[in-house]
Amino acid sequence: MAEGQSPLAQFEIKTLVDINVAGIDASFTNSSLFMVLTVATVTLFLVGGMRKSALIPGRWQSMAELSYVFIANMLKDTVGSEGRPYFPFVFTIFMFVLVGNMWGMMPYSFTFTSHIAVTFAMAFFIFVGVTLIAIAKHKLHFLAFFMPPGVPMYMAPLLVPIEIISYLSRPISLSVRLFANMLAGHTLLKVFAGFIISLGIAAGWLPFVFVVALTGLEFVIAFLQAFVFTILTCLYLNDALHLH
Amino acid sequence: MASDDNTGRGPHGDREGDLDSFGQRLKKARETEESRRLWKKQLNRPPKTALGLAFRVSVELVSAVAVGLAIGWALDEWLGTRPWVMVAFIVLGFAAGVMNVYRMASGMTNTMGYREKDDASGSEASGTPEEGKDRGG
Repeated sequence: MAEGQSPLAQFEIKTLVDINVAGIDASFTNSSLFMVLTVATVTLFLVGGMRKSALIPGRWQSMAELSYVFIANMLKDTVGSEGRPYFPFVFTIFMFVLVGNMWGMMPYSFTFTSHIAVTFAMAFFIFVGVTLIAIAKHKLHFLAFFMPPGVPMYMAPLLVPIEIISYLSRPISLSVRLFANMLAGHTLLKVFAGFIISLGIAAGWLPFVFVVALTGLEFVIAFLQAFVFTILTCLYLNDALHLH
Repeated sequence: MASDDNTGRGPHGDREGDLDSFGQRLKKARETEESRRLWKKQLNRPPKTALGLAFRVSVELVSAVAVGLAIGWALDEWLGTRPWVMVAFIVLGFAAGVMNVYRMASGMTNTMGYREKDDASGSEASGTPEEGKDRGG
């Protein structure tokens, strides 16, 4: 396959500005660029939408308020009123992942959520933060996390390691789900787009129809995965705040 | 209602009233049993499509085994007992993975904890696993 034509070429990290801090490569890459773009877009969307903050919202303000209400309700339904202090964090997560996914849907753009390094870093910090919240709130009772209620004591040596592993696997399954969905979807799009060229006018329209449908599906997945990521954050937070 | 339009073209008093009734209708629509049920369903069900379910199950299973492997490997490095702790922890990791999948399939979502007591059908869920299995499927 020709240079840059590989379906995986879109995930390549390219250094834009070389930054080296004490031997650590902290370069500004295309991934960083799209994260900055995402943050700028979210800021513009929310600040611009609420600039007038009229009693009867216009279209833009309506969208900004809808996204707020959507997450506020999600948090209320999953965590309850104790979750309110964490709303800014959950809302930030949702907007960052959602807009990042949406930027990734633009042709020639880069999807930073398709990198496990990015999603795992997010999931890891969520995991550590939620664990710290649980410890701060429940102190030693936090250890009850690893012992299901109503289990005889002699089962503990077997069950506690299993529960700890199950607990530690949470950030992995959280990050892998987002990253794998984005990676698979974008690769599939590129592969089918490649078929259009190689099949030519004769049969190229068939994959073309498929690509159109897939693009629509990808938009749904981009939203759904941001939703899933956020709702799992809420559920983990719920676990931390309401220990059984 | 005085008029159907709430675009603000009517007299001032009308507009106020319309907004109020619109707000009430909106609130009512949001709090219907149906929307609440749909929301709960959304939260508590494993994915509907077979592909989504297969993906979820495999991720849950594999990630737990991976964690078990990593812990076992690290302990082996530390204690110099390669490969025995790793072997044990792979088995434990697999058990944890099966537990993750079981929790997901029995509607306790992907969470670590156990179903809340105040949940409608959850009173028996914190009991023995056998009870959960009947509902599971």
